[in-house]
Amino acid sequence: MRRYSVFAIAREALRYHSGWDRAWRSPTPKASYDAIIIGAGGHGLATAYYLGKNYGITNVAVIEKGWLGGGNTGRNTTIIRSNYLQDPSAAIYEKARSLYETMSQDLNYNIMFSPRGVIMLAQTHHEVRGYLRTAHANALQGVETQYINAARVKELVPIINIDGPRYPVLGGLYQPRGGTARHDAVAWGYARACSDMGMDIIQQCEVTGVRSEGGRVVGVDTTKGYIGTKKLGIVVAGHSGQVADMAGFRLPVEAVALQALVSEPIKPCMDVVVMANTVHGYMSQSDKGEMVIGGGTDGFNNYTQRGSFHHIEETLRALVETFPMISRLKMLRQWGGIVDMTGDRSPLISKTPLGNCFINCGWGTGGFKAIPGSGWAMAELMAKGEPGPLAAAFSIDRFKEGRFIDESVAAGVAH
Amino acid sequence: MLTLQCPYCGVQADETELAPGYEAHLKRYGPGSSPEEFESYMFARKNPKGVHFERWRHAYGCGKWFLAARDTNTLEVFGTYPAQSSAPPADLVAKIKLKRPEWEGYK
Repeated sequence: MRRYSVFAIAREALRYHSGWDRAWRSPTPKASYDAIIIGAGGHGLATAYYLGKNYGITNVAVIEKGWLGGGNTGRNTTIIRSNYLQDPSAAIYEKARSLYETMSQDLNYNIMFSPRGVIMLAQTHHEVRGYLRTAHANALQGVETQYINAARVKELVPIINIDGPRYPVLGGLYQPRGGTARHDAVAWGYARACSDMGMDIIQQCEVTGVRSEGGRVVGVDTTKGYIGTKKLGIVVAGHSGQVADMAGFRLPVEAVALQALVSEPIKPCMDVVVMANTVHGYMSQSDKGEMVIGGGTDGFNNYTQRGSFHHIEETLRALVETFPMISRLKMLRQWGGIVDMTGDRSPLISKTPLGNCFINCGWGTGGFKAIPGSGWAMAELMAKGEPGPLAAAFSIDRFKEGRFIDESVAAGVAH
Repeated sequence: MLTLQCPYCGVQADETELAPGYEAHLKRYGPGSSPEEFESYMFARKNPKGVHFERWRHAYGCGKWFLAARDTNTLEVFGTYPAQSSAPPADLVAKIKLKRPEWEGYK
């Protein structure tokens, strides 16, 4: 792999950019691998990357039904934060946030991480108390957050209306080191690094069955034939239920559609991410100038990657109330992604009833921010066969044992 | 927009009038049941990509719960029936079979 650098750009500029390599290879699958990961989204590619980097396992294939990063990795609102209430969540999201800080250097790929700060608005007295509690919990967890008053919110976000008629802004939970990153670049950067380690990224290859012998996984049937493997990682987000069904177990997961939209590009007006969980809407401004807006989930099982119109209306109503200046903005694009929601709204990084088969799913509406931490923890689980400290709390057994990691209350809807 | 007919009041209700309630026909385990049984009742879900039986409430209408058969992959609604049913009615199952020959049937 040729490293990307200012010298590489200068060299290529002198020869009409004819020397750039493809960022990753597109090989035909081998007969068998040491490990197969189903799903070449952010989480799957990060798992493969850390399997190679941290554990030296490079005889790995990442199998993808569609194209690389074309699922929820390309459909999210790119927000990165780690201000969670419960210890296991704060640990894994903070690990992820800290890995994002150095990811561009680590991968030699500019993921455009922008630690511009994230504010979660407190608009009811319950929320004020909740965020004060979260700020104290974060202090104990070593996550840098602070509770700020309404005047400080207005100072950081001049376009906000803090005296709204329904829900005036009372304060906010501010994480200065949170922010955004380029979502596609995260998938592309990991893919390039994985390919460089000799891993095979196989796109347009759908898994149609999981084969096992004596309670252990031995391979997968795909649209490109049978591929053997010693270990299998299922990292397929919205379609986790279908793949788990092939592997013969059921998950505490339901698939629903989550929507997002972007406006026409405007001049820079907001340099932080603002989440308003009471009225339910969140917004940030992309480098292109578009306002990136996160909407809500529909309350019914859905695999169509499109959601209900009235949820968009609700989100925009909430945001116009919070940011009156956007009332004349035109919305350019709207899309949906299928999110896998667990009973306690926290993810699964777990062994499964099938031997040597592991699952990483249930990130629900908040997976992008977790990608590097999730890959780190999943790689440890797959390499050692047992979960490490980051993944231990996220086992499937917690639903049987009642050991929930209940973030749905702490995080509100925008999770 | 999703439209379901309320089996009680006969209204063709669109989804803004309805409240979704997820999977139907769950076996509700009570006191003395095992952790596995509680898990299957409270958390384990079929979550199919295809024919799904689910609960809905006519929230801004008669207020009653009812059940519906719907395709989660196309959003096609096959039919609705009263909540006082322990399994989908045979005529509805037959109708779905006709439209989805590859469907394995209600399990």
